[in-house]
Amino acid sequence: MTTPIIEVRDLVKQYPATTAVAGVSFSVPPGVCFGLLGPNGAGKTTTVEIMEGILPPSSGEVRYRGEPLGARFREEAGILFQKTALQDFLTVRQSIALFRGLYQRGLEVDEVMRLCALQKLAARDSRKLSGGQQQRLLLAIALVNDPAVLFLDEPTTGLDPQARRNFWELVDSIKAKRKTIILTTHYMEEAELLCDEIIILDRGRIVAQGPPRRLLRDHFAEVLLELPRHDFPAAARALPLKILDAHDRVEITTDNLELTLRTLMDAKVPLTNLRIRPANLEDLFLELTGTELRT
Amino acid sequence: MIARLLAVLHARNLEFLRDRSTLVFTLVLPGVLVIGMGFVFGGPERPLFKVGLLGSPLERQAQPFLRERYVEFVAMPQQSEALHKLTHQQIDLLVDLHPPQVYWVNTDSPKGYIVERLLLAAVPQAQRQPVTGAALRYVDWLFPGILGMNMMFSCLFGVGYVVLRYRKSGFLKRLNATPLTAFEFLSAQVLSRLALIVFVTSVLYAGVGAIIGFHSSGSILLLLLVTILGALSMIAMGLAIAAHLSSEELVGGILNLLTWPMMLLSGIWFSLEGSPRWVQWVAHIFPLTHLLDAARAVMLDGAGLAQIAPSLTFLAATALAFLLLGAWSFRWRID
Repeated sequence: MTTPIIEVRDLVKQYPATTAVAGVSFSVPPGVCFGLLGPNGAGKTTTVEIMEGILPPSSGEVRYRGEPLGARFREEAGILFQKTALQDFLTVRQSIALFRGLYQRGLEVDEVMRLCALQKLAARDSRKLSGGQQQRLLLAIALVNDPAVLFLDEPTTGLDPQARRNFWELVDSIKAKRKTIILTTHYMEEAELLCDEIIILDRGRIVAQGPPRRLLRDHFAEVLLELPRHDFPAAARALPLKILDAHDRVEITTDNLELTLRTLMDAKVPLTNLRIRPANLEDLFLELTGTELRT
Repeated sequence: MIARLLAVLHARNLEFLRDRSTLVFTLVLPGVLVIGMGFVFGGPERPLFKVGLLGSPLERQAQPFLRERYVEFVAMPQQSEALHKLTHQQIDLLVDLHPPQVYWVNTDSPKGYIVERLLLAAVPQAQRQPVTGAALRYVDWLFPGILGMNMMFSCLFGVGYVVLRYRKSGFLKRLNATPLTAFEFLSAQVLSRLALIVFVTSVLYAGVGAIIGFHSSGSILLLLLVTILGALSMIAMGLAIAAHLSSEELVGGILNLLTWPMMLLSGIWFSLEGSPRWVQWVAHIFPLTHLLDAARAVMLDGAGLAQIAPSLTFLAATALAFLLLGAWSFRWRID
């Protein structure tokens, strides 16, 4: 078995009023994209900030290549926080050069700019970048030390769909270099596309762990039918179906589509707005916790 | 519009009132200012003439000259120091009324001429010892004070607020994720500001020297050393204050609480000679006082390294202590 690059053991983070992380353990093998999924407040960012050595845990520990986090980890980790401000009045190139100067080893500034498609923005004030450009700059800064492990905390939150797709392509190219990536996100599409392995967190605990496809296969051998809630009569809830309530819709999972459709039609449930689709991670989260991911 | 304005006003007032530490500083500062101004500018009207007295104190009743009105008599333990002040016209006459009753007068001083008449009317047999020396112009004395004040503001506000802004914006948190240590970060801030201050102070020194001219008799290199150590001490002080805090108002309050007493007590505008002893003692807590003492000693009296060594030692020691305190208490992020 491959030695994990990062091990998280019995991690607990308590604040006076709340427990953000309530005993979390997992290992990250080298060269994978490892996702931490969960809704806001699930403990993703707290967990990942403890892993980054930014926050001290209340108990438990994080080990990097078998050792407690230390100078080696700081040299070899690249980090993109959810929110980061850069120094005012610096250009894109100067901002990258500033961080390059903090590491002993790394990539040339020009190479990092090329990787993140920032060449044309090199002389621009870093405050005058669009959201997508800003994230590319922050990714460039995270890559400037040619990290062995790259942390991306909600990297595409707030980006428009085009910028998000561009960013995913960038991360994919980093994945191709067999870098270890720790990604937190609440975008299921992002996790399904990028992650080799995920953990799903809810209220500070792990509720599922494994490769996304295997998790979906284990939990959903079936297809999923979606109906708007207002189309689903109360009486139909008594039908012998596996029904889950989502935000504005009702979800029915089944391994016998024909029988389920016949049951619904017999019960006079309007099917005009019916959608049939395979299950995704959002459905998995709903099934595991009874709440929606994007809450 | 008024409703929105009032809603924001109310919320801001609540925020201010609930920030107890800032509130306390806001209330304490005016009090400190009033007390400081009272000590410096208060008291009875200042006398017209200042006479130094050598030797053990004499009863006022025993010597009619000591009963003269509008003359302030100051005991001077050291004759050499007293003569130095007389040559700079910082005192108008120096007298030893013990037999054989000798006095020293600066023949270049108009006030010395008048107060000499008063002495001879009371003690006609007193023996005259003339000295000469031009009066120190106020601008010569004030100039180091102005430079020092400029340095103080630049050191304290220019660094403390910057660190605070970095912390609030999350930039420090990002730096914390790199191999950079607190001591390295703080040292970089110190050096950056130090270079700026040395540059600005040098330009001011040369510029004012060229335009209006001022008295400077000491070593320029020694003056540079005084500038560097003084700036280091005050920059490190600003960093130590901003190392842990996250409220701009609190940091502003503390910085004001430091700068105003330094403005009043460190001798920027006038000498603290003749102030109560404890005021002078308090003044010597501040790095600016030591900076100005050393700078004036070099510029006005041509003092050498040995003479200003105590002030330099104080500045170096406080710089190191504040920097270590800052590194020890430094916080990268707002919890």
